[in-house]
Formats: sequence, structure tokens, C-alpha cells
Amino acid sequence: MKTSHFQTLKQQFNSITSRPSTDWEAVNVPSEYLVEFCMHLRSNFAFDMLVDLTAIDLGINESPRFVTIYHFFSSINHNYFRVACECTDTEPPTMISLTNIWPAANWHEREAYDMFGIKFQGHPDLSRILMWQGYPYYPLRKDFPLAGIETDLPGKDVVEETKAKVIPAPLDGGPFHGVQASTVKKREPKGYDESWSEQHPKPLS
Amino acid sequence: MQKQEKEISIADIPSKSSQYEHDECSESMTLNMGPSHPATHGVLRLKLDLEGDIVTSCEPVIGYLHRGDEKIAENMTYNQFVPYTDRLDYIAPLSNNVAYAITVEKLANLEVPPRCQAIRVIVCELARISSHLLGIGVYGMDAGAVTIFLYTFTQREKLYTLFEELTGARFTTSYTRIGGVARDIPEGWLRRVGDFLDQLPPIIDEVDTLLTRNKIFIERTQNIGIISKEDAIAYGLTGPNLRASGIDLDLRKNAPYSGYENYEFDVPIATLGDAYDRYLIRMEEMRQSIRILKQAIAKVPSGPWYAENAKKIFAPPKAKVMRKMEELIQNFMIVTEGPQMPPGEVYFEAENPKGALGFYILSKGGGVPYRLKIRGPSFCNLSILPKIVPGHMMSDIPIILGSLDFVMGECDR
Amino acid sequence: MSNSIREYGYNSKVEGEVIVSTADAVINWVRKNSVWPMPMGLACCAIELMAAGASRFDISRFGMEVMRFSPRQSDCMIVAGTVTYKMAAALRRIYDQMASPKWVVAMGACASTGGMYRSYAVLQGVDRIVPVDIYISGCPPRPEALLDGMICLQEKIASERSLKNLYKKENTSIK
Repeated sequence: MKTSHFQTLKQQFNSITSRPSTDWEAVNVPSEYLVEFCMHLRSNFAFDMLVDLTAIDLGINESPRFVTIYHFFSSINHNYFRVACECTDTEPPTMISLTNIWPAANWHEREAYDMFGIKFQGHPDLSRILMWQGYPYYPLRKDFPLAGIETDLPGKDVVEETKAKVIPAPLDGGPFHGVQASTVKKREPKGYDESWSEQHPKPLS
Repeated sequence: MQKQEKEISIADIPSKSSQYEHDECSESMTLNMGPSHPATHGVLRLKLDLEGDIVTSCEPVIGYLHRGDEKIAENMTYNQFVPYTDRLDYIAPLSNNVAYAITVEKLANLEVPPRCQAIRVIVCELARISSHLLGIGVYGMDAGAVTIFLYTFTQREKLYTLFEELTGARFTTSYTRIGGVARDIPEGWLRRVGDFLDQLPPIIDEVDTLLTRNKIFIERTQNIGIISKEDAIAYGLTGPNLRASGIDLDLRKNAPYSGYENYEFDVPIATLGDAYDRYLIRMEEMRQSIRILKQAIAKVPSGPWYAENAKKIFAPPKAKVMRKMEELIQNFMIVTEGPQMPPGEVYFEAENPKGALGFYILSKGGGVPYRLKIRGPSFCNLSILPKIVPGHMMSDIPIILGSLDFVMGECDR
Repeated sequence: MSNSIREYGYNSKVEGEVIVSTADAVINWVRKNSVWPMPMGLACCAIELMAAGASRFDISRFGMEVMRFSPRQSDCMIVAGTVTYKMAAALRRIYDQMASPKWVVAMGACASTGGMYRSYAVLQGVDRIVPVDIYISGCPPRPEALLDGMICLQEKIASERSLKNLYKKENTSIK
């Protein structure tokens, strides 16, 4: 049912590797060949729509830390193709932009920059899209807590009047979720944030 | 002595304005259609540069409804995330629930029984009718025809009664679970759906008579906001907006899921890609949804409404949990640790009323995803605004926004 | 029968064609029966707000169908939906543009306390930036619940010391 394009692609691009995937075909592509590879997919295999562009944070200690994932869809053959590309292992991480070829990538790359801090080279206007301009953190990184970190509210006139700030959301010890671990005791959902709430705020250590 | 009076005629005025055009004083005006505006559906901000009445540049600013769904998903089990999917496209929440459930089931390679698939199809199509009714109602209201809003909302109230009987909530239903649905169809519900469908086509025809051949509506919407085929594919448009530009792509027909291949229906395609075409496509899609629903409710198969062999994924029925030890343990494990998913990554798109809603899940095993990305159709649909709005007049902007039919919930997540 | 703490409508002595009443009763009666809401419809609760304005749960029975999107022309701001930190500044500015007397109704769980979105981007309750009069719970609250909240607002307006407040300096700080 699903034809594998991997062998044909491997002949053209030697440095790609197959990526394990549950449903559609996926490859890992080094970033030097990304643009060429994607254009090859478009012209030879009819993957003409870029439907999704996202990034994954593999963890603070991983190297490289960030991987961008691209999903292509063929409007003729109706199948998907996943491309994974590792970003540079710098701070901030960088990646080539696909905006010149697919205008759909424009906003997706801005979102990846906003959430992860990945700078896309060649992007016409890389600015924050979901958080406000001037927000100092990258929310979807694994070292950023769900509750957020205290900063200033955007809009100086409002801050003067109301004295409101961006505060960490009161999670009351949560979020409670289990982790993949060997014993049942370790798998139990526990509060990973230290126990604090609105009445008893987190003590400044 | 006679004074010589020069008569000023209308013909003089254009020459005067052309004098102003060469004047350096003429400058463009920046207008902010702010986040709180009646014509923008939800919190969308548009930064417009205007030359007189003509828009020269349009920059949308989104993010006013960014609630952090993806970060929340990394801290919730798969079943706990279902209420958050409701609030993505909050006009047709049931279709979001179904799309998410199918994605997670693909991760586990889990097949749901045919009755569950039929229920999901019925619920998705009812949500599609509900979404298009609201889309057309608000679109008509933006164009000035305020009565359409009240007619379509009356029908939506009837739909809400049906949803409430099935799921317990009017909308934001959280109806699906991983491996099935929350509860079975109540007695007589299918007959009530049939009654609703019997009285719906005359109302759609009435809206048709009021709008489709209405000279004012046609003047306001024809040749406005034309999206070419190449642009539609390049910007990643999906759903009715893509089909209005002439591309034959409907995920229900081309990549069928949840048993859609068993139903016969047509997919309306238009040619020009202007606002009027998008309106016509939504009207026709409602009729096709009625057709699918009539087939679906006539042949809902009997059987279980959840995957019975999914021991670690779907919680057993409460009657057994209260009486038997094994089911009690299963229930405890699923509730505390979440449905256990194998490691892997999966991407699935469903044909939502607004476009293709995609979920990308990267799982490292366990009951909580490592990364969940929501590909909102409205996010991609709105990215085309800087391309198609310039060149139109300011009063065309509510028409263009209404015809794109976006929701900020799934745009900002 | 009814004690004098709450006076509805004309608590009056009618002599011929002259009605004698307290100024508060008259002013409050006029104000509460024509509250013009400004719908700050941000998210899902906005759909229930629209449904309350549609024909099944007619909000115009209470005189509130005039949903003006201009803050200068409205009395009550109904915050319907999640308020994010990005939106907070715009919301406060719109509140400041409203002419007093003005009231704020926090509709839904997200507007009251942040709801189920305990995250980095959501303002945990709109009462952190505007003073709220009525909280309506629900996610989303049914239109009947919204109407119940608006009736509570009417009762609250009926019990205000309007005449005294007419000459009091406007106090905009929250706590």
C-alpha cells in the first residue's frame, strides 16, 4: 500500500538516514542538504504542500538539542512524508529557512522561534508571533516550567495603573503526571513542582 | 462691470485630486483593527496601511488567545487532554475530539469497532453542519444581512439539544476517549437526529434564497479576496478555502478515516476562489453532510462502542470496576498513569469544518506525550492575509475575514 | 412584607398624578433595566454569549440586546473567554474608556480565575486588572447561567447608593 521512497532518495542523497516512525515514511536529513532535499521531494515525488513545521527539544543534556520536523503532503498521491533535521548545537540554535520556497513556512518558523528560540536563517521577518514582543523566555523548552516565570506585563500604562505582573500560575503543587519508569512507585503521578499555592507562595531560595 | 464667474463643474474635481496625488503631503495612514473588534471573529489584530480607502499592506498580529496548550499537553495524560482539544475549534468541538482520538489510536495501532466509527462519523458531520451554520450566519451579519444570524442560530440550538442528550454538554463536549467514546447512543437519539435532518433542508434553502442571488451580497462578495490555486497550495490552505480555489482535496475522500469510505457523498469544488465561492462551498457542504448523516444513521452497526481488547488504554465499564478486582486495577492504572502508549511518532490530519486539523505526537512511552503539536487549520489559513488583502478597500476586510472562516482558538492554541 | 434594605422600582406614594420616591430607587431602576453590555468575546464563552443574544435565550427581555462594541456607549463589560497576558493591556484600556457607572461581569471559568489553563500565558483571573462585580462559573456557562448572572447584576445595581456615588471621586485602583 505504501511505497517506500527511501532507497531512491538514498541514491541521490547519501547522508540521509531512515527515521523510525509509526505511520508515514520519515527520514533524517542533515541541514546542509535540507533545501535541496525538500525541493527534490517537491519536483520528483509530488510532495507539494508543507502542512506542518515544528521543533522538538530533546532535553538539556542532549546534543544536538533541537530537531525540526517537517511534514509534507502530496495533493496528488495523498500521502505524507516526514523530514527531521537537527539544528546547530549552539545557543541560539540555527536552521535554514524554507520561506522562499514554501510561503507556508513563514508563520510556522516564527512560531518555532517564539517557542524554542531557533533562529531561521533567511527568514524575512523573524519575530515573536504567539507571545508578545519582548517576552524574554522560550516557553516550550524543557527547562521552562509550565507555570511560567515572573516578568513584566506588556503595556506600561496598564502596569502603572493596576500594578499587575506576569506571575507564575498557581499550580498548587501540580502538574501531576507520571513518568516512564521501571517501578510502580516511580510511575505514580507526583507533584514535580514543589508544593506551593496562592496562599503560600514559593519561598525564594 | 460684470464680474466673470468661473463655473466649477464636476469635471474639475478629478483634476484637483490628481493634483493632490502628486503632492508630497499625501501619505498613507496606519490603522489598527484592534484585537477587540466586531468584524474580526475573535481576537485578531490587523495592522493596516491605507491610502485613502485602499489597503496597501496588511499585517495580522495573532497570539492574543495563546493559552499554552502544547506545554499543557506535555503534563497531561492522553485522556486528560481531551477537554483542551474541545477548545481549539470551539465552534465544532466534537470534530476536534475525534481527530485527537484517532491520532492517539494510530500511535497505539488500535482499531476501534465499527459502531464506534459510525458514531464518530455522525458526530463529526453534525459538528460540520453546526460550524457552517455559524460561519454563514456570522458572514451574513458582517455583510449586513443580520437576519441570517438568527435563523442559523435557531437551528444550532436544536443541534445543541441533540449534543446535550448524547454527551451531557451543549458544546465543549469532551466526548471521545482513547479507544472509543465516552458513552453509547441513548435510546431514540438517532430518530431525533433524523427528525432534525428532515426539517433542516428547507431552512438551508431559505438562507439560500436570502443570500445567494441577493444583488447586494453578490456585489459585496464576488471577486473579493481571490486566492489562486498556486497560492492556496503554497500557503498550506486546507478545507473549504482550498476547494474554493479549484483544488480537489478532501481528506474524507482522499485519505479516509473512521469509516468514511462506506458513505457516498460529493465534494463541492469551485473555480474562482473568491469570497462568494467560499460561501457557496459551505452551503453545499452542509447539504452533503445531511446526505452522509442520513446514510450513517440508517446503518449504525450494533456491537461495542469501545475497543474491548485495549486493556491498558480504555477504562472498563464502571459496573465491572465496582465488582471485579482485575477491572479495578486496570481502571486505577489508566486513571493515574494514563493510557499506556508505545514509543513512536505519528501525524494525522482530519477534515475539520475549518480545514485539516493535524496532531503530531512524539511519545517516549508511558501515559504522557513527550511532544504534541497541533496544526491548526486557521493558523495556515490566516497566513495568506498579507497576500490577498492589499488592493482591496477597507470595507472588504470583514468580507474576506468572514469568508476565510477562521477561529482564533485553533490559530493561537 | 418586604424590608427596606432592597427597594425595587418605585417605592412610592402615589397622590393623584404625583409619584414620590427616593432618588436612588428611580436612578437604579432606570440603570438596571437598560444595561448595555460590551461583549469582550474572546474565546468559547463568546459563542454562548451569542447564543444568549439569539432567539432561544433572548437577552433582550432584560433590555440588554444592545451589544455595542464601542466601550464609550456601553455600561457593562462582559469578559467572555480566556484573557491572556498579551490581551490584558488591551482589555484594561477598553475598561478605562468606558464611562462610569460601569460594571464588569467575568463570564466563565477562564475569566474568573484562569480556568483550566494554568499556564505561562494566561492571566489567572480578570480581577487582577479590572474590578469585577459578578462572577459566573461554568465552562462555558449555559446561557441560562449568564442570564442568572445578569439578573444578579441587576439586583446589585438596584442596591447601590447611586446618589451618594454621583459626587464621589472615581476610584480606579483595584485592591
